[in-house]
Amino acid sequence: MAKRRAGLILQAAIMVAASGVAQAQSVTVGVSAPVTSMDPHYHTLTPNTQAHSHIFDRLVETDAKARLRPGLAESWKLIDDKTWEFKLRTTNFHDGSPFTAEDIAYTIARVPTVLNSPGSFSIYTNAVSGVEIVDDHTIRLHTKSVYPLLPVDLSQVFVLSHKLGPNPLTEDFNSGKNTIGTGPFRFGSFKNGDRIEMDRNDSYWGEKPAWSHVSYRMITNEAARTAALLSGDVSLIDAVPTADIARLRADPKMKIWEAVSLRLIYLMLDQSRDGPTPFVTGPNGETLDKNPLKDHRVREALSLAINRPAIVDRVMENAAIPSGQFLPPGSYSYAPDVTPPAFDATRAKALLAEAGYPNGLRITLHSSNDRYLNDAKIVQTIGQMWSRIGIQTTVEPSPWTNFVGHANKQDYSVFLLGWGSSTGESSNPLRSLVATFDASKGRGAVNRARYSNPALDALIDKALVTVDDGAREKILMDGVRMVMKDVALIPLHQQKSIWATKAGLTFTPRVDEETHVFDLRPAQ
Amino acid sequence: MEQSPFRRVLSDFATNKVALVALCVIGLITILALTASLIAPQNPYDLAQLDIMDGRLPPGSVSADGLKFWLGTDDQGRDMLSGILYGLRISLMVGAGSALVAGIVGTSLGLTAAYVGGRVEAAIMRLVDLQLSFPAILVALMILAFLGKGVVNVMLALVIVEWASYARTARSAALSERAREYIEAAECLALPQWRVVFRHLLPNCLPPLIVIGTIQVARAIALEATLSFLGLGVPITEPSLGLLIANGYQYMLSGKYWISFYPGIALLITIMAINLVGDQLRDVLNPRLQK
Amino acid sequence: MAGWLARRLLQALFVMLAMSAIVFVALHAIGNPIDILISPDADQAERTRAIAALGLDKPLWEQYYYFLRGAVVGDLGRSFVFNEPALKLILGRMPATLELAVTAVLMSVIVGLPLGLFAGLYPNSFAGRTVMAGSIMGFSLPSFWVGLMLIMVFAVGLGWLPSSGRGATAELFGVQWSFLTKDGLRHLIMPALNLSLFNISLVLRLARAGVRETMPLDYIRFARAKGLSPRRVVFVHVLRNILIPVVTVVGLELGSTIAFSVVTESVFAWPGMGKLIIDSINVLDRPVIVAYLMIVVALFVTINLVVDLLYTVLDPRVRIGGAG
Repeated sequence: MAKRRAGLILQAAIMVAASGVAQAQSVTVGVSAPVTSMDPHYHTLTPNTQAHSHIFDRLVETDAKARLRPGLAESWKLIDDKTWEFKLRTTNFHDGSPFTAEDIAYTIARVPTVLNSPGSFSIYTNAVSGVEIVDDHTIRLHTKSVYPLLPVDLSQVFVLSHKLGPNPLTEDFNSGKNTIGTGPFRFGSFKNGDRIEMDRNDSYWGEKPAWSHVSYRMITNEAARTAALLSGDVSLIDAVPTADIARLRADPKMKIWEAVSLRLIYLMLDQSRDGPTPFVTGPNGETLDKNPLKDHRVREALSLAINRPAIVDRVMENAAIPSGQFLPPGSYSYAPDVTPPAFDATRAKALLAEAGYPNGLRITLHSSNDRYLNDAKIVQTIGQMWSRIGIQTTVEPSPWTNFVGHANKQDYSVFLLGWGSSTGESSNPLRSLVATFDASKGRGAVNRARYSNPALDALIDKALVTVDDGAREKILMDGVRMVMKDVALIPLHQQKSIWATKAGLTFTPRVDEETHVFDLRPAQ
Repeated sequence: MEQSPFRRVLSDFATNKVALVALCVIGLITILALTASLIAPQNPYDLAQLDIMDGRLPPGSVSADGLKFWLGTDDQGRDMLSGILYGLRISLMVGAGSALVAGIVGTSLGLTAAYVGGRVEAAIMRLVDLQLSFPAILVALMILAFLGKGVVNVMLALVIVEWASYARTARSAALSERAREYIEAAECLALPQWRVVFRHLLPNCLPPLIVIGTIQVARAIALEATLSFLGLGVPITEPSLGLLIANGYQYMLSGKYWISFYPGIALLITIMAINLVGDQLRDVLNPRLQK
Repeated sequence: MAGWLARRLLQALFVMLAMSAIVFVALHAIGNPIDILISPDADQAERTRAIAALGLDKPLWEQYYYFLRGAVVGDLGRSFVFNEPALKLILGRMPATLELAVTAVLMSVIVGLPLGLFAGLYPNSFAGRTVMAGSIMGFSLPSFWVGLMLIMVFAVGLGWLPSSGRGATAELFGVQWSFLTKDGLRHLIMPALNLSLFNISLVLRLARAGVRETMPLDYIRFARAKGLSPRRVVFVHVLRNILIPVVTVVGLELGSTIAFSVVTESVFAWPGMGKLIIDSINVLDRPVIVAYLMIVVALFVTINLVVDLLYTVLDPRVRIGGAG
């Protein structure tokens, strides 16, 4: 009898499945990264920003290629070296109240006051030293020093309505009470770890989304995400697992969308020690009297021994392009003459011998195993390649939780990391990754290898106060050349972001790895 | 007198053909695992022997330097057959090793509790209750999150998870044995306590412990596989069967079945064989089922 | 009885205290959550600010003291990641896990008990042996692997059931449950089945063993000799006898089923608290980890209590407060 009841349930379930009517104009998407909060100023976390950009707008937006475009500001200009003026758009918040300059002032004031923030957006508003409301639709922002990057910084900050009053609580954003923006969708509901429901904002100032309703589901498990698309439960998935790309590409009912992202995967080489570095030893495991990684020839040998196209083809299944610098071709401050180092095992061996290690070395290569696309696989493959030039390599991937703490403390010798330039140009990686570590200036914040090159620091300082875009680009390109010539780090590849949709839909892939449902439309 | 119960068990065991086959399978698997480094075509743990260009080849393919991959290769170009043989070794080591250590620890504590009694017994048994009231996976997960990966750490986690069931079984077996005449006799002879416990009490408590032990080996192997799936098992460069399955898992939807299917079969056969033997042992050693 | 209850509760309290202290020390040893949470663009000043904002700049004993002070009044701290009270966060995700685990346990009884009875009554028949062999499969197959197979067959292949996620919910007693809606049930079937496979095997084997031990006993022989119908003998006398171990084990397994749902929840994108704890461990979200363990201890203590009470109802020979 029990079995019969189970049978009935199953039967009922099948009947429901058969009658499941596809609701026109409504779309369900599956994204990989869980959203932790609906408060757009709570945590500088890409998965959150991606979700918030459906509901809130920024003064300055970025297009699919990470170039600045007007957002809530229709235009902006420098009126003197330290003052930016923004002309604001006429539009309304979802609750009907008009958007004015007061909301910008409110937003900039609120950002640093969010309680318990583990990563504050104030890093993007710190440069603003004064706010001056000229009229309802004109606002001037003053900076302490010459700061050409202000519009770029502000393209990270979502604008809230000043009607929320003092100290709006993060919890009230999750419940919907405070979740009032000017963006293309209105907030419906947020179920932690499950989904966000949104409805179209019919009075949106920009191009209106094609969908009247969006279910934004978080499906972190890779296989489950692909299965959700294959079974028709969702119309779009992001972060398509590399293992499934070929299969989905071959499927006529599916379509793959891709863009080379701004994320570089690279190896860092300990420069903090002159004496022996913990995870590099002689060929028989003997401690060396000095740090071989300080020798330019060793660094170059390690780089030349890596067959980048093979990694891209076999490990990444072409979800990446080989890289020789911070950014992909076509980006601002990309240096066209700096190409990915060509694989040359013979020259690598010769360089090692020249540096005094004809019998090779022993290296333990560290990485995370849950942070970057195929991170643990990439280091294994590099281990294979290095052992072919006489470097016996052991790899030790560990969870990011354990890995990052050690990496921050210079516990490793050679380790793999990734960097996505949030500004879409080279000053950001130059300043964070390879500038000399200096807490007082905020330089080299994630320079985990403690690389230091005064000539490079001087170039970076110069670039940061050069207002002219053309002149600044030239300086940055020189910086990129200097870094790569000195092998300050070993660039491996630039990741591609991969999306898959049902056939019959078009999607605009973005270089900043974000997934925007308003960029998904029925094909004409 | 010493030999006959053992012979009886053996002959009773042999009445079940399936269990006998399973026992042979366990023997074979153990031999394969122990001799893996001799019979495997490749050392799958040596990165220098792998070639990424051989990655994800279907079963029966041949590598650039003429090595035939009977069961295909994984994403790193690792020969699946070699990977499975070496993986068996790790899985069995983790399973049997943790069961053995947990068995020794748990049994000692259980016997101590039964023999000493009083506060010591109360303390040990509260600890057992505590341990048993927590699900194995959660405890293992926590321990590994704190200790980090590694074969030894996995074994340690499994020991912590498993010891309590031995302790409980040993205690209850010992309690019922203790009331018997032969222990009383031994005590009257003023034999040292350790001698009474280890020479007389322990051998008579063994049957239920053996049954628990077999099942725990299988459980440990399965648990290790699950931990590997959750990213907290053995290191990726020295994969166990479970980790091989977990790695191949992501290729299931794209039709590259062999990366996770064959290790899965190996795991299934191993665990089934151990369970079948355990079942039969239970039937044989359980006096209540005697005709 | 009251003394027994008090002792149990005191014990649970002690466990909670010990556990929270261990977690504090252990998480402190693993790393700093700020390393994981902070924006890569942040400079050193922002890092210092964030560490202070989460109270991580204070000595560990002081952090623990603040935690205890809050815990006494029911405040287990705020999640570093979600900026919500940890307790509220977990309770919000708990119904999803509970309904999954309870459904799985019910399924295991509904499927496992009849099959076990059958295998026990006809131990040497082909069907009986097949059932037993199948039950060993249930023990042996890794559940994450079975989960994906289920998805591939029933969602991708046949398209009968949704591939993952939790369906529409309806309110009961102020909580959102998905088993109350058709859509919710459809989403529930596969993950619950996946989660119950192990328990089905367990119940099946317990039932079979029980039948085989009970059938030769005198009172059964007597009942049969008295001429009672075989059906009555099995369903009244045998079943009653084997229900005790089954209820015990099923009750105790509810706890580990809740814990094991970690795997099922991640394969089926089920938004329960198992998924939450894995994510929280990955970002060292200490308040959530500690609160989760507190709640789990409380849950298990309750489950064990209920099992013990049920025991006395089913088996009058057992008296609460006795040894063990």
